[in-house]
Amino acid sequence: MKRIESVNDFVIKFANVNGTGSASANNLFAKALFRMGIPVSPKNIFPSNIQGLPTWYEVRVNDKGYLGRRGGIDIALSVNPQSMAQDIREVLPGGYFIYDSTKALDLRLHRDDISIIGLPLTRICNEQYEDPRQRLLFKNVIYVGALAALLDMDFKVLTGLVEDQFKGKKNLVLPNIHALELGHQYVRNNLDCPIGIRVKKSDKVGDKILLDGNTALGLGALYGGATVAAWYPITPSTSVVDAFEKYAKRTRIDPGTGRRNYAIVQAEDELAAIGMAIGASWNGARAFTATSGPGVSLMSEFLGLAYFAEIPTVLYNVQRAGPSTGMPTRTQQSDILSCAYASHGDTKQVLLFPSTPRECFDFGAMAFDLAERLQTPIILMTDLDLGMNDNMSEPLAWDDERKYDRGKVLSAEQLEAGVEFGRYLDVDGDAICYRTYPGTHPTKGAFFTRGTSRNEYAVYTEKGEEYEANMLRLLRKWDTINEYVPAPIVVDCGRATDTAVLYFGTSEESSREALDHLATEGVYLNAMRVRAFPFNREVQEFIQRHKQVFVIEQNRDAQLRTLLMAEFEFGPDKLKSVLCFDGTPISARNIRKQIKKHLDGDNVLPLHRNTALLRTGESR
Amino acid sequence: MSYQLPKFRHPELPVNDLGYTKADYEGAISTLCAGCGHDSISGAIVRACHELSIEPHKIAKLSGIGCSSKTPTYFLGKSHGFNSVHGRMPSVVTGAALANRDLLYMGVSGDGDTASIGMGQFAHIARRNLNMVYIVMNNGCYGLTKGQDSATADRGSASKKGDPNIYSAIDLCGTALQMGATFVARSFSGDKEQLVPLIKAAISHRGFALIDVISPCVTFNNNSKSTKSYEFVREHSEATGTIDFVPLHKEITTEYQPGHSHEVTMHDGSSIHLYKVDESLNPFDRRSAINAMEEHRYSGNILTGLIYMNLDSRDLHEVLETSHRPLNALDEADLCPGNKMLLNINASLR
Ligand SMILES: Cc1ncc(C[n+]2csc(CCOP(=O)(O)OP(=O)(O)O)c2C)c(N)n1
Ligand code: SF4
Ligand SMILES: [Mg+2]
Repeated sequence: MKRIESVNDFVIKFANVNGTGSASANNLFAKALFRMGIPVSPKNIFPSNIQGLPTWYEVRVNDKGYLGRRGGIDIALSVNPQSMAQDIREVLPGGYFIYDSTKALDLRLHRDDISIIGLPLTRICNEQYEDPRQRLLFKNVIYVGALAALLDMDFKVLTGLVEDQFKGKKNLVLPNIHALELGHQYVRNNLDCPIGIRVKKSDKVGDKILLDGNTALGLGALYGGATVAAWYPITPSTSVVDAFEKYAKRTRIDPGTGRRNYAIVQAEDELAAIGMAIGASWNGARAFTATSGPGVSLMSEFLGLAYFAEIPTVLYNVQRAGPSTGMPTRTQQSDILSCAYASHGDTKQVLLFPSTPRECFDFGAMAFDLAERLQTPIILMTDLDLGMNDNMSEPLAWDDERKYDRGKVLSAEQLEAGVEFGRYLDVDGDAICYRTYPGTHPTKGAFFTRGTSRNEYAVYTEKGEEYEANMLRLLRKWDTINEYVPAPIVVDCGRATDTAVLYFGTSEESSREALDHLATEGVYLNAMRVRAFPFNREVQEFIQRHKQVFVIEQNRDAQLRTLLMAEFEFGPDKLKSVLCFDGTPISARNIRKQIKKHLDGDNVLPLHRNTALLRTGESR
Repeated sequence: MSYQLPKFRHPELPVNDLGYTKADYEGAISTLCAGCGHDSISGAIVRACHELSIEPHKIAKLSGIGCSSKTPTYFLGKSHGFNSVHGRMPSVVTGAALANRDLLYMGVSGDGDTASIGMGQFAHIARRNLNMVYIVMNNGCYGLTKGQDSATADRGSASKKGDPNIYSAIDLCGTALQMGATFVARSFSGDKEQLVPLIKAAISHRGFALIDVISPCVTFNNNSKSTKSYEFVREHSEATGTIDFVPLHKEITTEYQPGHSHEVTMHDGSSIHLYKVDESLNPFDRRSAINAMEEHRYSGNILTGLIYMNLDSRDLHEVLETSHRPLNALDEADLCPGNKMLLNINASLR
């Protein structure tokens, strides 16, 4: 057997039982590597269940800084008998399978092409601890200690982390360090270590941070000046408002009066949540709601009202696998169309596509400026992968000189001075009209907001030409919006090529890695990361410039491609799909395979994209 | 800053403390059917706000969808208005009120808007005790979609279409009480003498104030077999008592007979004088209110007047402990923690 040998380059997958406290131990492992200066990308793969079902934690360790899913498992650490058969099967030939050997491995599961390493975790726990809860919790910490020995990790980094994590709580620090030592000692005394895969200190992390996108979004809302948050719990968006609340409690309570400079309401449903956000924004506060696909469906009618009545609204959509309840704890980018055209009638909604926690923070705050400047809903599209996993990211930063852009709002002074006010009157050609907050002036500036058609002075009308003129203005406003949303980012491959890829959000890391790899095989592709809808002219020109563009996305129906075709009228031959929709983040290997398949098969027979997908064999 | 008040006004029109005439509280000409109860309620709102000398621009009027929800166009023309979506006014007004606690929130809805599509939001706004006046213009039918029965139509009542309603009726006052509303009243669009003081009291109340106003739909539900017709309501309503509303700083001019009247001071210092007719009802006791409503339902009469008021009400802003300055008046300096905190957060994430 040829063992996999590598330094700072592997994928390890932990197989645990949900609700046994494994997450924090696994996190300890990933963060220790991060502190050793090695880029890591941990991903939680968890069931829609509170306790008892299998859950996995996959960590990509890669010195080159590729953070997307690579595909394939080099090391599996299994402490869950329920999933053991699957876990051992998944290990790549030459890889390693580490399991709780208190109970002997079922002979039927045995494989000759991998190294099988037994750790008597339950036995050690039973010998050490009386309390069943402790047995359960420390088992996880013990295997982290064992891994440290197997992979030659810096043990001091681990103990330092534990000390930081439980700062000041000696009664927690010592038992955890003891548990780490138990695992470490067992391996040292009983097994050959390190194994073929090992780690060593590196310097590839720089000043980066390890943060989940939802916390970054919550902070973005806080820094962006949100004062009203209305929401209804739904995975994977819940932790956005949790984070907003956590930091608001620290920074937004007036020390003198004890009163809060924010209000959070857990609404009765998503309809009410967005209704509250709209009501607050109408009244001049910055407000937001966070949800996922099912919530967006419920919010649809209100999104149409906000579009038509031109009320700033900020909605964070942390996407998950649909339709319906779908796979609620798995990731997807499958609400693109339902959000871009959310609501009945002719509607178009502004979408933002962050791809890192730093961008979640930046776009999360920017969304308020955009919503108020453009007087329309801003839907920030993230997903479970970015939102709920710790992602390596540029550190967060804020320019203290920055002022909020509150958009076109007439003050009492302006009204008093006799400025002409028509709520839907375009006075300067950008198709965005002035608004007033309720209560501004005793006799001037009041108007009636409604979802029914009205003229430029907000007076009800059913005249076709007035309705049409307003709808056309909204279309012109779309052009203005284009100038404000974040521009796409182009990565030129530096060679002459007529082929390119286009992606957005969490497909970035895997795409980048896939392209690097393809380049080593002589396949050169330019790349564009789209960061917003409306797509600006650069996107159109980029696609036009290339003969063929692969649109990489994480849904079944090629939704971004559909949107590109609808907005720019590109034909299906020009845009080819690279898709992943099994609920796991798209992997670099998957992208590479699909692109190669397209390139190989292209001059022979254009495949229907579903057929093409089937033929790629691998669905991950 | 100072503002110019409108100069031209009829010399004989009475002005209130702010110098405004009633016309300053009116809206556009109504486009509802002639005789529609909703127009009378609009008139009562105008009168109450004028007599209370509320600055018109300090009121925000919000509604859902329906003939009733159209009425904000026809009153308080100098106030901002928001005609939202069907059944969802409660959430919109909740957000609005959170943004600016200093305005008066006047919500208007219909029985379809509130008791069917909006029942969920109605229940929840009551339990959150949002500081607002919530007026239901209750005609037992869907006026705007041409007269279908609504959920407040009584069993057996028949609209112009003719078929008696086969389902039991939702009593919005009862629902509001169950959900925790802190002010509950019922009135009749045809009884301004009762309705106007009730609206004033509802405005002064700090918390969620529901007034369920029976408001006949002359076009679809004013026929002889309807229990929401002018005639039926006139014949079957029984008032809890009459109420007189005395705003703060106003002299009490009426002579109150000792023993029969009950004076209550509201949180803003104004007072109401309640003449009880029905001795069995104590409107400051929820159990008594619920009992009285059940009794009247049993006897087939409509109980009108103030049904319940909680004088210790704590509204949503109190419960959430929000800043006394309106949230919409806060700026970067109040809201943004600045880069220094991010440096600390970053450090904790390495
Ligand atoms: C989502 C939605 N469904 C249905 C309608 C159609 N609709 C408009 S008004 C109305 C009923 C209004 O009844 P009510 O609230 O009692 O008002 P009224 O006209 O009787 O005053 C309905 C069903 C709508 N506007 N929106
Ligand atoms: S249809 Fe009925 S509710 Fe509507 S305006 Fe006419 S009378 Fe009033
Ligand atoms: Mg009605």
